[in-house]
Amino acid sequence: MFDEVRDLYNQTILARGRKPLHMQALAAFDATAKGDNPMCGDRVEVWVKLGDDGNIADTGYKARGCEISIVSADLMVEAVEGLAPSSTKALFDAFRTMVQTGECPDCAQDLTALQPLSAVHKYKSRVKCATLPWHALIAALDGGTTRVSSE
Amino acid sequence: MIDLARIRADFPILGETIRGKPLVFLDSAASAQKPRPVINAMVHAMEHQYANIHRGLHWMSERTTEAYEEARDAVATLINANDRHEIIFTGNSTGAINLLAHSYGRGVLKPGQAVVISEMEHHSNIVPWQMLRDAHGIDLRIAPITDAGELDLAAFEALLSDGRVGLVAITHMSNVLGTYTPAERICRIAHAHGARVMFDGSQAIVHRRIDVQALGADFYCFTGHKLYGPTGIGVLWGKRELLDAMPPFMGGGDMISSVSFERSRWAEVPHKFEAGTPAIIEGIGLKAAIDYVQAIGYDAIAAHEAALTDHALARLANVEGLTVIGRAQDRGGVISFTLAGAHPHDVATLLDRQGIAVRAGHHCAEPLMRRLGVDSTARASFGIYTTPGEIDALADTLTKIREFFT
Repeated sequence: MFDEVRDLYNQTILARGRKPLHMQALAAFDATAKGDNPMCGDRVEVWVKLGDDGNIADTGYKARGCEISIVSADLMVEAVEGLAPSSTKALFDAFRTMVQTGECPDCAQDLTALQPLSAVHKYKSRVKCATLPWHALIAALDGGTTRVSSE
Repeated sequence: MIDLARIRADFPILGETIRGKPLVFLDSAASAQKPRPVINAMVHAMEHQYANIHRGLHWMSERTTEAYEEARDAVATLINANDRHEIIFTGNSTGAINLLAHSYGRGVLKPGQAVVISEMEHHSNIVPWQMLRDAHGIDLRIAPITDAGELDLAAFEALLSDGRVGLVAITHMSNVLGTYTPAERICRIAHAHGARVMFDGSQAIVHRRIDVQALGADFYCFTGHKLYGPTGIGVLWGKRELLDAMPPFMGGGDMISSVSFERSRWAEVPHKFEAGTPAIIEGIGLKAAIDYVQAIGYDAIAAHEAALTDHALARLANVEGLTVIGRAQDRGGVISFTLAGAHPHDVATLLDRQGIAVRAGHHCAEPLMRRLGVDSTARASFGIYTTPGEIDALADTLTKIREFFT
């Protein structure tokens, strides 16, 4: 019955949705921020630990929300490991272009780890679910303690 | 009994397909679809009979004024108002509640008095009162609900016992739980403690005959677009003596009897509260919607929707992992639910791909969501055009969604 939604709800999404690999708070962290989409009720809190080189050493999150927002956060943790904050922002820009349009022709970024979310662009009302954890991560890197939203 | 096939034929949009599948529209509580007579009335006005109202001395203005004022008569009859001047047109229910919170709240209520709302209000019946509380020193009290999703009447009465409550502003039917509140008892209790009562009838008037005098209400509001009418027009009804004692909300044209730079004099109700050119076409559309509903009749509508609700509750009870939120005795065709293992958004997306439109989220009732211990729910809501077959499609698809995610 749901063959036509397998592009969005693919094996990676369903598996990670059932069993996220990185959903945990960090005991020691350098930055944190919350993301909140009040219209739909998705909530995420992100913690970042930076290494001596200033790059992201570890990221953790806690989330309550839909499959797309949780899996996006889970994949994000893997995608940003070892990246400098500036590279993380560039990756988010590329990721956002991908989930809004389905492609990122001009992007130099490696989106392989985030590819399972590429079909989000066909579900316009769900784009904000995929970008919420990224908004929180960028807010944390910018030193924000504020609550951000992608709505 | 209603002729469901004939009613469905009146709603052009119900013939649409969504990605090749017939539209199953179960989101009428957010906004209802429009029957042909409403569409035709609005198009006819724009094509044949339109000018600004209440001021023109020409044929077009006179005819348009007549048509617009007929909408006021239709509303007065619909809710059994004592006097057509008690019908104030607003933009929607939110506009009506804000009018009341400003005018009655700041003009009649005194600092130190209290307003009571309930735990199951839409944001539109929470935020205006919070703004009044902060601006005018009004105490805002929250009447709790029971775990079944009904108003806790004993606790409600206790909130009024000190005699400081000036106004109770409460939903007549929850947009999340489908619960009807016991309007007559609320009015008796409130009046016994010296408080006035406003009902937010946005949902209730779609499903039940409303007689504001029989309810004992002091104010009642609703919006046109949930009642099969257009967006942009709503109604605040109030008892004449209460409206007469209230200061205007917005200033401008149409609400004055005379203006000089020293002072202006207010027009009589309802015009005192209707500053500016109103939603003329929408008023004419609302009249057509009311005529449409009245022709079918509330007895037939209520019977149809009661049968649909019973059918839906029975079918949904058999969907594994599904929990219906709220189990009020007196409830209507608005059903919120959660499905174990699937977030409401994912449920809504998968239903949508089968052509089934439901709402998912907090339904503009965040405090109620917290009270119920959920972040969001999915909600199916019914209208006069909803069929038992559509409910079967919902239940069958939910069963498959449950399997998909487990």
